[in-house]
Amino acid sequence: MIADVDAPALSQSPLLPAHLALGARMVPFAGWNMPVQYAGISSEHLAVRSSCGIFDISHMGEFFVSGPDATAWLDSLLTNRAASLNPGQGQYTLLLNEKGGVIDDLIAYRLDHDQWFLVVNAGRLDEDRAWFSQHATPGVSFTDDSPAWAAMAIQGPLAPQVFHAITDGTACLPPRNGIAKLSLNGSTCIVCRTGYTGEDGFEFFTPAADGPAWFQKAVAAGATPCGLGARDTLRLEMGYPLNGNDLSYDRSPLEAGLGFFVALDKGPFTGRDTLLAQKASGLPSRLTAIRMAPGAPPPRAHYPVFHNDTPVGELSSGGISPSLSAGIAMAYLPPALATPGTQLEIEIRGRKWPAESVKKPFYRKPPFD
Amino acid sequence: MPAPANARFAASHEWILSGTADATVGISDHAQKELGDVVYIELPKVGRKVAAKEAIAVIESVKAASDIYAPVAGTITAINDAVSSDSSLVNSDPYGNGWLFTIQPDSPADTDALMPEAAYLASLES
Repeated sequence: MIADVDAPALSQSPLLPAHLALGARMVPFAGWNMPVQYAGISSEHLAVRSSCGIFDISHMGEFFVSGPDATAWLDSLLTNRAASLNPGQGQYTLLLNEKGGVIDDLIAYRLDHDQWFLVVNAGRLDEDRAWFSQHATPGVSFTDDSPAWAAMAIQGPLAPQVFHAITDGTACLPPRNGIAKLSLNGSTCIVCRTGYTGEDGFEFFTPAADGPAWFQKAVAAGATPCGLGARDTLRLEMGYPLNGNDLSYDRSPLEAGLGFFVALDKGPFTGRDTLLAQKASGLPSRLTAIRMAPGAPPPRAHYPVFHNDTPVGELSSGGISPSLSAGIAMAYLPPALATPGTQLEIEIRGRKWPAESVKKPFYRKPPFD
Repeated sequence: MPAPANARFAASHEWILSGTADATVGISDHAQKELGDVVYIELPKVGRKVAAKEAIAVIESVKAASDIYAPVAGTITAINDAVSSDSSLVNSDPYGNGWLFTIQPDSPADTDALMPEAAYLASLES
């Protein structure tokens, strides 16, 4: 069933014609009319794990930051150490509020010495733009260029082959976490060796009008069209947080287990005082990976979590892992319960089902034979 | 995928066979396509008395949990253990091996009052 594509409240992806031609099922997501699946979530998920899939990520926001003080400005607003990147490199980082809670998680790429490209979540795009604009400073130019771009994520072990096929062998993929500006068919495109699936792959940004042709070219080169459903199960298997579910204004990145992306020693940045205090006095909670015992129904967001019959929290994300055929979930729990092997119970429709805390990621790639 | 000729449909997308004492119940081909990959099924207990339109089973796809309603009032007489262990049968064979349970209707006329397939398919268009 195709959602009402004329609904004025929803933004339309520039790739919509490609989705309709491929028979996608469209759903509203973060104010956008987006494909949730084509052939089916499980088969799309497994295609990414075994070969290659392509996702429309045009709903995500693209910001440019430039100027002689751009890097120092980003380092005052974001948690990771922007100054540590060389041109052509990117890093996962977080934008925090004054309380140390997460406004958004994003990837910041250093395009050039004084030029940055930021890719942010659709659901927080307006807040991100407002936050950056409120903190404007001389010597830094900030631009939200989101409407100009079509964006797709091409993910899976065969993604490099798809890249070479769609660029006719004329371009090179940047190294992991890298970014490159390419001139393709007379227009400027951006390719980033990043993703949200745990597989090798790249994210590809093209002028909006060119998007459908690139999408179709990648499909013709062997990439399986994948919707938001598979995007969610793939990221959950890796234990990657989804903003709005696993990240919130009230939880710090340390509680979310993202301390690796927080440079507490780089100098002042928004939210740092809270993080230092948490570090000194202990975290109030930890985002915990949870695996259901066999036979349980799929765990889902907001189901209550119990330990020794005491309520200890609720699931922030959950689902059946197509790779593991097991229920997997995440929840903010008292830190002591995050220890792998801790026995928990998840309440589903009035009945408690056994589960336990496990180590992230849920899924690890099998070694080569 | 066509339904058996004696299948009758509820607006909530369940089908039930008419003209049999123990009437087989499942969900429509349209419903299984809308749900997507089914990953978990919870079925009612045999012997349970159910009211028409009462939520008595749950089908979970990757994305969501959906209630299944009794198409008519009656008593549950059997459940399909095969779909409990392999819920993908609901996707691959919704009118055959993907059946959910059988029900003995309180009144056979209730089944005949439901929609034949053509009327059900027409109702999806509106």
